[in-house]
Amino acid sequence: MSQRQVLQVFEQYQRARTHFVQAVAELSARPQNIGTLRDAGVISLLRPLLLDVVPTIQQTAALALGRLAYFNDDLAEAVVKEDILPQLVCSLSEQNRFYKKAAAFVLRAVGKHSPQLAQAIVECGALEALVICLEDFDPGVKEGAAWALGYIARHNSELSQAVVDAGAVPLLVLCIQEPEIALKRIAASTLSDISKHSPELAQTVVDAGAIAYLAQMILNPDAKLKCQVLSALSQIAKHSVDLAELVVEAEIFPVVLTCMKDSDEYVKKNGATLIREIAKHSPELSQFIVNAGGVAAVIDCIGSCKGTVRLPGIMMLGYVAAHSENLSMAVIVSKGIPPLCTCLLEEHEDHIKAAAAWALGQIGRHTPEHARAVAETNVLGTLLSMYMDIRSSEDLQLKAKRALKNILQKCTYLPALEPLLHDAPPNIMKHIVGQFSKVLPHDSKARRLFVTSGGLKKVQEIKAEPGSLLQEYINTINNCYPEEVVRYYSPGYSEMLLERVENYQPVL
Amino acid sequence: MAALVRLETRLSRLREEYFLKNRSVDEDRKIVYKAAVKIQSWFRGCRVRAYLRYLNKMAISIQKWWRGYQSRRYFRKMIKIQKRWRGYYVRKYTHNYYALKKYLEAISLNNEIVRNELQEYAEMNEKKKKKKDLEKKEKEKKYKARKMHYLLSTEQIAGIYNSPFRKFPDPMELLLRQSKPLSHRQQQPKSPFTYDLYDWPTCKRPPAFPTGEPLPPIGRQKPQGPFRDAAEVLRQRYKPLEPTLRVAASISSPLEKAREEMKREEWRKCIHDNEFLPFSSYHKNEKYELSIHASEKIGKETYGIKHFREVQPNKWIAGKDFQTVLPSIVLFEKFGKTYSKAGQIV
Repeated sequence: MSQRQVLQVFEQYQRARTHFVQAVAELSARPQNIGTLRDAGVISLLRPLLLDVVPTIQQTAALALGRLAYFNDDLAEAVVKEDILPQLVCSLSEQNRFYKKAAAFVLRAVGKHSPQLAQAIVECGALEALVICLEDFDPGVKEGAAWALGYIARHNSELSQAVVDAGAVPLLVLCIQEPEIALKRIAASTLSDISKHSPELAQTVVDAGAIAYLAQMILNPDAKLKCQVLSALSQIAKHSVDLAELVVEAEIFPVVLTCMKDSDEYVKKNGATLIREIAKHSPELSQFIVNAGGVAAVIDCIGSCKGTVRLPGIMMLGYVAAHSENLSMAVIVSKGIPPLCTCLLEEHEDHIKAAAAWALGQIGRHTPEHARAVAETNVLGTLLSMYMDIRSSEDLQLKAKRALKNILQKCTYLPALEPLLHDAPPNIMKHIVGQFSKVLPHDSKARRLFVTSGGLKKVQEIKAEPGSLLQEYINTINNCYPEEVVRYYSPGYSEMLLERVENYQPVL
Repeated sequence: MAALVRLETRLSRLREEYFLKNRSVDEDRKIVYKAAVKIQSWFRGCRVRAYLRYLNKMAISIQKWWRGYQSRRYFRKMIKIQKRWRGYYVRKYTHNYYALKKYLEAISLNNEIVRNELQEYAEMNEKKKKKKDLEKKEKEKKYKARKMHYLLSTEQIAGIYNSPFRKFPDPMELLLRQSKPLSHRQQQPKSPFTYDLYDWPTCKRPPAFPTGEPLPPIGRQKPQGPFRDAAEVLRQRYKPLEPTLRVAASISSPLEKAREEMKREEWRKCIHDNEFLPFSSYHKNEKYELSIHASEKIGKETYGIKHFREVQPNKWIAGKDFQTVLPSIVLFEKFGKTYSKAGQIV
């Protein structure tokens, strides 16, 4: 009988522990309870439960710790300080799969907040244990381990290098080939986080043969998977020409163009980012993209989206047009300019407007044909107003000014230049007047139009320092016209005439 | 006078001196002459050389100028050819205007094709999505119809979807007719995925907190693992026997087989279990049992043919037979007797 009573005491204790741990786990699922739990000192209470005899209590304790650390970085630091991590790492290798999943969750939750915490995780030897988990049979365990590695590698390149040195990359490439979609997603996101820091890391990922599998997965219908895969490929391709060529050789075109028509916004954005990273390196790659019809797809994508989703597409058009004038003409022929103009007018964010201004400048700066194509859409006025607006950011003003200068230096389309005469500040004015002075001496119709539209009058009103370039241009223009006309339009002419009337002695 | 004396003394020596002087001068004259000649010749040579050099320079510069002029003329001719060649080459190959035009046209064509294809792809995706949505709605409707099967109209009472004032019954009515009623079986509860942190779709069920499970006994020793999967073990345990041919073939010889066959035949043919007994003494005291046909009265038995019941007239209360009178169900009385159009379907 006494033995039964003794055992009953133990059973009560076990029941109490289980209840406590489950209650804490459920409470920690709600963010508002976390403060109270922390003040009650929950971490030091949960720590011995991690070593409990009963496996369920261990797992639930690990789950509760993970949830607590996930929401709050103070708690995550507390987890690190209380030396819980070495215990977790030891038991990662021994226990069953539920415990492994929970432990990987805790490591992920701690590692997500800051590089110092991630460094602490690395120092207690968690990377080897996580890499061993990547070889496990259960896909949930693999997913947890891959996610934890991804969060650690995200912060900086030293941590990424540590993850690579632990031998994670070949196992991640194997994980990508597994049939479960969630596992593929997470493995792709981890590879993306590893390769984004430096070309050497990207090269390591490429050497493990990741590109072929990633390229195959672009065809998968799941939207989030496509997002991650496209992001991984763009992080690889962004570092150098060789890597970009390797990505292109995996035959992603024209499949990538179907991503630009996907219903999910982020798939479109990441697809445009990938094409941009490839196009920016060299004219041959841009040529290849243009030949595959990539420019049309990107232009349609810009037309159909709003907001920051458009930004990579706009930058891609700018890069393509910057390489050579043939490519710029190809962009114009694919009807690239109207969407860029609507972007300039509609968007609210300054950095998107700045990107659109830059892209227009790159398109229009090559030859008079290009400049004319840009000027015909009456976008020069918008650029000027953006440059003059005090509320635009410095970056926007700078880019608008440069674009305007580049286009104006080649623009011979006078109807578009005339409205600018009235508002422009002096540094822009000299370019405009310079263009007029180049065109007017040769074209009589243009001269007539210039006079009738009031341009000549405006030019006379410009005050320029004698001897400056502006004055020379003004003189050239004045020399195109007979003297009386010039005098007629010079300011103060009516006063002069009236004075002459006053001083005139009538002939009797 | 003294001078004269001096002169006279020198006179004797005068001839000698004069001779000696002349001789020395003569002797020197050759040398001096030769020296003079040498100097003069050297100097003349310098002058001539300078003159020659000058002439040389002049000739060189004239030739230089002339040759340059010749080459420049030649060069101008060369330039004309090269000019025309370079213009031709650049126009044809480097900045080929017509090729560029064709290329741009090809690009716009290609763009059109790509745009069309992408449009088709997008439309296909949308159609698929719409189809999925429609199918889902259909499924929901059918499930609702199954749940509301009791609203089906009958012959007598019209259901709500089959108003007598309508020409055609509602499509819901037709749906109700086609659907099978739901059984009272409990539906499987949906997995309560309230854990937003457990965003692991590989985890098909949420991790179970086994609240109802009995706790393991405390003093129990930890079972030694690793254990195999239970299904595997059961499979192995209950694996059907797959005997080899030698095993499958029976051990018994044909003699035994024949004996068994005989036994089976006997058992089949055996009619009764009575042993054969010596018939003389066995049947001595036997009572003779009449057969059924002999034990009853002469003639055919009417039971089973004419009547099936045993009749005991002394127990009868009344002399009449049963009358078939059914209790009335009011609703069914009305059937066919009222003249409403309820339940009538055009």
